[in-house]
Amino acid sequence: MATHVRAEAPPAARSSWRSRLYRFDLKASPYAFIAPFFLCFAAFGLFPLVWTGWLSLHYVDLLKPDVMEWKGFGNYTRLWSNDQFWTALRNTFTIGVISTVPQLLTALGLAHLLNYRMRARGFFRVAILAPYATSIAAATLVFVQLFNPDYGFINWMLDLVGFHPNWYSDTWPSQIAISTIVTWRWTGYNALIYLAAMQAVPKDLYEAASLDGANRWQQFTRITIPSIRPTIMFTIIVSTIGATQLFGEPMLFGGGVGVSGGSAHQFQTLSLYMYELGWPSRQLGRASAVAWTMLLILLLIGLVQFLITRYRKRNELGG
Amino acid sequence: MRTTSRPRRAAVLATVAVAASALLLSACSSGSDSAGSGSGDASAKVTLTVGDFGTFGYKEAGLYDEYMAAHPNITIKYQTTQDGQKYWDALTTHLGSGSGLSDIQAVEVGYIAQATNTLGDKFVDLGKAEGVNASNWLPWKSQQATTPSGALIGLGTDIGPMAICYRTDLFQQAGLPTDREQVGKLWAGDWSKFVSAGQQYQQNAPAGTFFTDSASGLFNAVLSAQPEQYSDSSGKLVYKTSAGVKTAWDLAVSASKAKISAGLRQFQDPWNAAVANAKFAAVVCPSWMTSSLSKYGGEAGKGKWDVAAAPVASNWGGAFLTVPKAGKHIKEATELASWLTAPEQQAKVFTKVGNLPSTVGGLQQPAVQGAKLEYFSNAPTGQIFAASATSIKPAPIGEQDGNVKTIITDNGILDIEEHGTDPVKAWENVTKLIADKTGH
Repeated sequence: MATHVRAEAPPAARSSWRSRLYRFDLKASPYAFIAPFFLCFAAFGLFPLVWTGWLSLHYVDLLKPDVMEWKGFGNYTRLWSNDQFWTALRNTFTIGVISTVPQLLTALGLAHLLNYRMRARGFFRVAILAPYATSIAAATLVFVQLFNPDYGFINWMLDLVGFHPNWYSDTWPSQIAISTIVTWRWTGYNALIYLAAMQAVPKDLYEAASLDGANRWQQFTRITIPSIRPTIMFTIIVSTIGATQLFGEPMLFGGGVGVSGGSAHQFQTLSLYMYELGWPSRQLGRASAVAWTMLLILLLIGLVQFLITRYRKRNELGG
Repeated sequence: MRTTSRPRRAAVLATVAVAASALLLSACSSGSDSAGSGSGDASAKVTLTVGDFGTFGYKEAGLYDEYMAAHPNITIKYQTTQDGQKYWDALTTHLGSGSGLSDIQAVEVGYIAQATNTLGDKFVDLGKAEGVNASNWLPWKSQQATTPSGALIGLGTDIGPMAICYRTDLFQQAGLPTDREQVGKLWAGDWSKFVSAGQQYQQNAPAGTFFTDSASGLFNAVLSAQPEQYSDSSGKLVYKTSAGVKTAWDLAVSASKAKISAGLRQFQDPWNAAVANAKFAAVVCPSWMTSSLSKYGGEAGKGKWDVAAAPVASNWGGAFLTVPKAGKHIKEATELASWLTAPEQQAKVFTKVGNLPSTVGGLQQPAVQGAKLEYFSNAPTGQIFAASATSIKPAPIGEQDGNVKTIITDNGILDIEEHGTDPVKAWENVTKLIADKTGH
């Protein structure tokens, strides 16, 4: 059939073939260009996600991952009735709050200061990102020394005013110490994001406000904050995800007892609990159940944040 | 110039995209193209890889170079992980998937029971290999690496027979003897005498110092001398009813109650600092512990330490070399593993890094028997540890032992020491955690 057509009207056929090829090129090549990412994502993102979900419904020994025993939702109900899981969830939440809130507030303040005209502004803007570029292991090692209860710098200072907390074994001090490492690493990064957003706020807004007699603080709260609200929302979401997955800092801070988060699990996060179940205890199925539970918790938090944003937006439009 | 830049950029982009997809595809299909040539030809070039953790000392003692010089067709590459737990985590993953393995993989004694019981079929039976004789090793050492079906899957490298390291300056200030013979007599034969000596020390102790570093260390030491530990001979967990665990737990709790322990977690930062600042006087000391003490003690501690015999001979630590079946050069790897663990090579390693030989012949080498440690007041450590090694009584080990030990020491005894938890409640907590972590 094809040869027949070609024989009868070669020029027309060729041109239509070419135009079809051209159209195909136009339509298909964008997909070809983005294909590497999606192939990568399917292989290293989507497949592990689905596979982990499947594993979470089984008993699987880490050493024999090919032998699976069906458990249904047994791994999940077992989590529900497990004290250690709730401790880990509570720790993840408290460490998340005491690291994220000061972190974002400080970042906002720093960004505001860096937004002013001042000497060596470029230097400060680069310097503020230095902690972010430091490896977790290196930073944690330094903080472990600082927080050493007997010989560390921090207790040496606190001893002068009569405090002597044990930064490893006591619940709140150990969680504060870990939050300090997180805050130290991420404040500069968030400050730079805020700074970029602040620079996009039109200058005439500030001029108009100062003509109206608004002081610096009023300008900050009435112009800056509302203008960069989407960016603030973004950093809150990113830090929440980071806080939920907190792993390296408590693991390294705890040293030999890092995986179990201290002798009474006082700073064990969900990620550490997942690791403890999956590797030292070899129960891959239950570790997968923790992983999926973490994902569900994140989605839940995301949903709440989304609803709040939408509610506020609607209110603003209405008012 | 300007006009040409655009198409060129598009071309570059396209090339990158194509290259990236190609890379991705090849990454997915790797493994098939790197199949080895087998091990038929004796003169063929062979590259052997060795994976280990911590300090095995083969590189330090020049053994790889020596072997390569004697076997010109063999090239040895090695990969060392510092953290033993992380090494084992990665190794189990690799064994499960059958890829990423070295030709020789080291396994620590804490995990060897998992290897023999659950992963036995992943390793080559070295007992049948040419030139390997299981009776060259201390009998309990080879026994630990033997699977239920009788295959020897690991060749012993080093062992950790125990002694007690103590600070002569602190002992003197507290009015205890300082001579290593007399110190040994203080507690000879019974670990509870060690606790009594601690109470005696504490009465006249220099301010701010403790007799020993941690009750967990004491627990490990007492337990490892017991004929019944966490598991019975069939590998079943019996820790709840085990007489050995009860003895060790009670003694560790009594040490904590008597306040003779500094309550530190061994090898953690505060422990290192306490060694440097002479905050405890005695520590349970497997042969490999001496290097940690001299490392953290520094110049200030030199000549202040000495080594005395432990109350009861027992072992803490040590490792094996295994040959995974997934390797491409099994024959050559077996030969290398056998050579590395032979008595002469073990003695060389001991001289260089202090890992005590696990072969009977290795322990009798003059280099071992005559060894003294300058840092520890020239104590004849070779003799002390070798004597302890030959009188060790073996106990059955099970595959959950490592897990159970971690929970009892880190979430039980350390919890009592750090938070003053009631021992009865701490034990309840421990049994709950163990049931959770080891049950289906």
